[in-house]
Amino acid sequence: MRMTLNGQTTDLDVDADKPLLWALRDDLGLVGTKYGCGQALCGACTVLIDGHPARACQTTIADAAGRNIVTIEGVSGKVADVVQTTWTKLDVPQCGYCQSGQVVATIALLTANRKPTDSDIDDALSGNLCRCSTYHRIRAAVHEAAQLLET
Amino acid sequence: MHDSSLASLARDLRPSRRSFLVGATALGSSLVVGFSVKSDVSPDATKPGANPFVGYVQIAPDDTVTIYSSQMDMGQGIYHGIATLVQEELDADWAKVSVVGGFGNTALYGNIPFGGKIQMTGGSSGTASSWERYRRAGATARAMLIAAAAERWNVPVGEIKAENGVLSHASGKSATYGALATSAASGPVPTSVALKEPNEWKYIGNQALPRYDSRPKSNGRQQYTIDLREPGMLTAVMIHPPLFGATLKSFDGSKAKAMKGVVDVVATPRGVAVVATGMWEAMKAREAVTVEWEDTKAEKRGSSEIAADYRAAAEKGGEVVAVNYGDVDAAFAKAAKVIEARYEFPYLAHAPLEPINAAARMNPDGTLEVWGGHQMPDLYQAVAAKVAGITPDKVILRIMKTGGGFGRRASVDSDIIVEAVATAKAIGWKVPVKVQWTREDDMRAGRYRPAFIHKMRAGLDENGHLIALRDTLVGQSISKGTVMEAGLVKNGVDVLSVEGMSNQPYAIPNLRVDLTTTTSPVSVLWWRSVGSTHTAYALETFIDEIAHAVGKDPVEFRLAILKDKPRHAAVLLLAAEKAGWNTPTPAGRFRGVAVAESFHSYVAQVAEISVDNNGLPKVHRVVCAVDCGMAVNPDQVRAQMEGGIGFGLGAIMKSQITLDKGQIVQGNFDGYDVLRINEMPSVEVHIVKSSAPPTGVGEPGVPPIGPAVANAMFKATGRRIRILPFANSENS
Repeated sequence: MRMTLNGQTTDLDVDADKPLLWALRDDLGLVGTKYGCGQALCGACTVLIDGHPARACQTTIADAAGRNIVTIEGVSGKVADVVQTTWTKLDVPQCGYCQSGQVVATIALLTANRKPTDSDIDDALSGNLCRCSTYHRIRAAVHEAAQLLET
Repeated sequence: MHDSSLASLARDLRPSRRSFLVGATALGSSLVVGFSVKSDVSPDATKPGANPFVGYVQIAPDDTVTIYSSQMDMGQGIYHGIATLVQEELDADWAKVSVVGGFGNTALYGNIPFGGKIQMTGGSSGTASSWERYRRAGATARAMLIAAAAERWNVPVGEIKAENGVLSHASGKSATYGALATSAASGPVPTSVALKEPNEWKYIGNQALPRYDSRPKSNGRQQYTIDLREPGMLTAVMIHPPLFGATLKSFDGSKAKAMKGVVDVVATPRGVAVVATGMWEAMKAREAVTVEWEDTKAEKRGSSEIAADYRAAAEKGGEVVAVNYGDVDAAFAKAAKVIEARYEFPYLAHAPLEPINAAARMNPDGTLEVWGGHQMPDLYQAVAAKVAGITPDKVILRIMKTGGGFGRRASVDSDIIVEAVATAKAIGWKVPVKVQWTREDDMRAGRYRPAFIHKMRAGLDENGHLIALRDTLVGQSISKGTVMEAGLVKNGVDVLSVEGMSNQPYAIPNLRVDLTTTTSPVSVLWWRSVGSTHTAYALETFIDEIAHAVGKDPVEFRLAILKDKPRHAAVLLLAAEKAGWNTPTPAGRFRGVAVAESFHSYVAQVAEISVDNNGLPKVHRVVCAVDCGMAVNPDQVRAQMEGGIGFGLGAIMKSQITLDKGQIVQGNFDGYDVLRINEMPSVEVHIVKSSAPPTGVGEPGVPPIGPAVANAMFKATGRRIRILPFANSENS
């Protein structure tokens, strides 16, 4: 099975029904993508597949074949830089465990929509749970990142 | 498995200098300055004459500063707080400061507010425990660095500056802290070191100090226990009993063992472990294991039966009395008006986003490494040693940062530690093993916030004064039957069951709080803010109800009976003022207020809500005032208030763990719903300026939010919500 992973062609010899999440974490050692629920209910495993946010726990290796996968380890470019810098500047994370997913989902949001409203943010991020409830700062950071991207 | 009391546990532990050295030198660097210092004692840096380089601060030749924390960081930011305290006095290069978990030396790491006899993180005590200890460590280290420089340059101590990690002298001589750390660490330890005065602080109270670990937590590089990939490490998933109180009779793992990637299927004291090369392989194989359970003593009731039993118990009155003053019965007899209400609180899961886990490895030298979110290191060291059949000094704890905790990782039965060590042992210590719970395991393995019922009664005289209050509580004890019982259960009353009510702040001449402690195999535990999760809700909505019954403004009514509680009154006034309590709300918006003290911090919140189409609140804005003494990291105080508000709000709105014939109904975030970003209000936090010693903020943001929102709901709908969560059908 072959896919493009963080810009590199990657061959993987695992069962076709294995979730991408566990292939990334256990077979490829990319542990920045987190396990939180295994059922696409928490968003901790959010990755980009062909530029769109997707839950790696509900994406099988068969589904991932031939696709362009980007994980938190591989995000790059202006939007990613601004998002991560803003996250750090506002001290968004508490435990930090959900933040890979929050950051990846936000990069997808701001790539598609440079000026998201509060309701756009709700739509894009309401599937990304944060048990520390850093939501207040996540929202502020998305808005601030959007502003920085305008300039 | 466990000793019956903390005292005997402490005897068993007998932390030694040696065990600490083993742990410290194994922490990674071969250039561990200070740990080679000759010292037969392990003095506490809160006492003069203690060498800070022993166990608190390590400065490497490359100038990196590693601080050994007595407190575990689950996201509450205590590593940052402790780093701030050390840095204030040490003045190292802040960019080179990091924090790791220390362990194995109770004299150095014992929790001071809890008596210093055990190392533990909990009760929002981290900052209070560290305040003196870590500032003194920083100040003494700095003095020793200066002394070393003075000796090397042959100049007077008073002429040396130590700033930003550099020692310098007017003659032009200079050296980094790292260059002089080795000689500093072996020099004499000064017995009197003055700590800075508050007006000299650069870091403590600094509004703009960036949290040192935000970057790795924004780019996926922060490592958690789930991320461990030690050479040869296997992953195990557990099969726990399906009912609380059931035990393993037999199992057949032969089919599973034939599956791809599966290494073994073994019994542990807490269930069957399926050991495989990876998580997916282990989870798949688990489905193929058949298990028989002995369940005659198991809990088989459903939630409605449990609630009925609790209601019946509440009607009878409490079996033991927590507090009783004045003459409650006489006061009720002469009361002009009596108000009654019953409140029902469900079991709640902590559901940290990183499901519970731990890992264990037996090394060739006979030491056992145990990785995890070790909230109670001394206890876990002792338990791991017992399970492994070695002495505690051979146990090296790897204290990991964790993906949340909220109380769940301070497990008094050391559940996950037992599982990890027992599993590694059962496969003959061949390779390291990580036991990783799935979300369903995490949600169904117990240790819940206990379900509680409060039956409350208030007596008012003809002038509308509150003359009597009675609360009968029914629920399980967190402490009973654990190593904590001796310290926390007094005259049959678990302090954790009644806290927030037995010490309620209002001037009420006749008060009686009594308690019936129920028992069930369903296991319970402290959950962020513990007893105050339910006592503050019951008290603060009931007080609000009383205020309305006598036609008084809820803020004014409270202030009148908080005469002797200036810190409660001050936060209440501040929150009310900042929220514009006395100004009209926008159309369709309603305000509610609550105040609560927990863990010696005082928090008041005003919630502004509207009501949605389902009759549920939409919380738009929360104004929060907090008095936690001096705020070491103001922005972290704000962060913990924001987080506590969201955590508490999700729970009262939506979360509950229920049983059906003894089985837990909820398994994942579909059944156990928690707060989402679209439900998070805007939050304003106002910190009371204080010169009192710092108290905690990890938990105290939680208690007021539920009653503040419930009180706003009453304003909006005229309806009192007494059965939680709000989403419960019984409320609509």
